[in-house]
Amino acid sequence: MADRRLLSGNEAIGWGAILGECKAFFGYPITPQSEILEFLATELPKAGGVFLQTEDEIAAVSMVYGSSMTGTRTMSATSSPGISLMQETVSLMAYLKVPSVIVDVCRFGPGSGMAQTSQTDYRQVTKGGGHGGYRCIVLAASSSQECCDLVQFAFWLADRYRMTVYVLTDATIGQSCELVDLKTRDFGALPDKDWVLRGLDERGGNGQGIHPHMWDYVGYHEDMNEKYREITENEIKYESYRMDDAEVILVAYGYVSRMAKGAVDLAREEGLKVGLLRPITLWPFPTNVLRELSLQAHHILVVEHSSGLLVEDVECALQGKVPVHLLGIWGTHRRDSSGIIYPERIVEEIKQMVGVA
Amino acid sequence: MGEGAMIKQQIVGKPKAVQLDFLPFKFCPGCHESLVWRALGEVIDELDIEGKAIACLDIGCSGILMVGLTVDGIHCLHGRSTAVAAGVKRVLPQAICFNIGGDGSLGAIGVGHVINVMMRSDPITTIFLNNSGYGMTGGQVAPTSLLGLRTTTTPEGRDVQSAGFPLHLSEIAATMTGTAYASRVSVHTPANYQKARKAIKTAFQKQMDGVGYSIVEILCACPPNWGLSPLAANSFVEEKLIGEFPLGEFKNVDKIEHTFDPELKRVGRVKRG
Ligand SMILES: Cc1ncc(C[n+]2csc(CCOP(=O)(O)OP(=O)(O)O)c2C)c(N)n1
Ligand code: SF4
Repeated sequence: MADRRLLSGNEAIGWGAILGECKAFFGYPITPQSEILEFLATELPKAGGVFLQTEDEIAAVSMVYGSSMTGTRTMSATSSPGISLMQETVSLMAYLKVPSVIVDVCRFGPGSGMAQTSQTDYRQVTKGGGHGGYRCIVLAASSSQECCDLVQFAFWLADRYRMTVYVLTDATIGQSCELVDLKTRDFGALPDKDWVLRGLDERGGNGQGIHPHMWDYVGYHEDMNEKYREITENEIKYESYRMDDAEVILVAYGYVSRMAKGAVDLAREEGLKVGLLRPITLWPFPTNVLRELSLQAHHILVVEHSSGLLVEDVECALQGKVPVHLLGIWGTHRRDSSGIIYPERIVEEIKQMVGVA
Repeated sequence: MGEGAMIKQQIVGKPKAVQLDFLPFKFCPGCHESLVWRALGEVIDELDIEGKAIACLDIGCSGILMVGLTVDGIHCLHGRSTAVAAGVKRVLPQAICFNIGGDGSLGAIGVGHVINVMMRSDPITTIFLNNSGYGMTGGQVAPTSLLGLRTTTTPEGRDVQSAGFPLHLSEIAATMTGTAYASRVSVHTPANYQKARKAIKTAFQKQMDGVGYSIVEILCACPPNWGLSPLAANSFVEEKLIGEFPLGEFKNVDKIEHTFDPELKRVGRVKRG
């Protein structure tokens, strides 16, 4: 019988780590992420893994780096301010091609501020975030089920491409409870980890993890571009919902995509032809998919819980061929940080956009 | 194999764990860091841990030696080698993990990690190179700079009002329960070199015996940044540095005693899943 459980997004992330053979977790408490930490403190040692609450997020990601260098599947999880603190090491890991999985349960910045839901980390995680001109794969989960599945996929991608993979959620997804099928996912064979450092007795050798491109920085960037091209070709994931005859296309991810789905249904009840494109990989972004879909659309409406970050990638994809509208943080039902963008508000925006009163 | 390296091997013998290709060491004339690496190589040979050792190298002149030893090495960011070594040791307990860094790396930007590995009693070994300043970036003031010492960022000499008092990391280490071994040594005379070697060996031994965290602070000459000749810099260690930073063992225990209060297991918050 399938193992079905009622899990919050954060607990589902923890289960995803265990099912994805994660053997080490280093992290630091921060709302709305702490349940991942607490879950793994209990469950990871039972599954034969190492758990440590570190002194800060810099130590956490440094330990992720050291642990990953030994070939161990390693993860950290944090929320927005923690992601900022981790960036120097994320940049180093990108340069040295060290796999890692980092979960970002997005909250409002800054660290002195509010811990409620938001989508304000989009640019930080999709555009590199640190220095050196690198990229990370970004998987955006929109349900507890997806939290569990995408963490497993993230480990596979990280090992496949030897890079950091972010799983991006938000306070709403992290804290809401839903039924989850706990299933181990298989994504196919992986290359041998011939680069690990575990001491000369086991495998490895001096200098392997160190400045592989010391004498050829151009070659490094050429290699990276080749890898990024391959990922863009093979790994783009998205969901399209009620798109067949859609004249209005919503674009949203994370918790907002759930609200957008509700809005599509409500709008269709009123005879409006609305569909939703939900990017699952935020990088690589489904640029061509969006371009193709836009041929049938009169309007594109980006809905996101920020001042307009995802919208930049949508505009870039469409290059002015279809009008792109934005319903940003001003679409939340309250002006303080506890606001949420509800389906009714999205429908209202659609009506205004297409000129239906 | 370079000719210079050949001669060196014939005259003094080369520790097996030091890479021949890397000789001669690429430090400034009179720099003591090369001696530290020789000592490390000798200890690794003596303990026969070449196959198990993993070096976590910090940023700074010590990082130049990222390929100086034959053992596996991980190059770390400025100040983070302590945390990286702790991470490696957690997932690979059979490895002999050590990190090596200067007083900027481990005394300033990364000092928090050092205190935390002491607190957690992570069984790793830290080699802390104290040369009274920042070497690689060209002689700025470090937490360990002597009071009154002129540096590029304290042009009138280190004064208390702006830069405070020198940091004594080994003495701090000795106050921490989780520390198994803490000592300060120098390499400015052959006799001191032998003591340094012994201290490094003891520190590794504590790790291998699973006692707890170990740290060896090594006073090193940095002639160019002190504005001294190699010989004068050597004397400066004896005459000035040791005055502020006395040599010796500050802690050396074979077992860290501790007790639990069983009652505490019944209080505190538990999350129910
Ligand atoms: C985040 C960061 N800040 C600053 C630097 C520049 N930097 C390189 S080495 C160094 C100081 C090294 O001094 P120390 O740790 O005393 O080592 P030494 O060179 O004396 O051996 C600094 C500040 C850096 N690499 N990374
Ligand atoms: S700058 Fe100082 S520490 Fe660095 S190599 Fe030269 S003498 Fe050694």
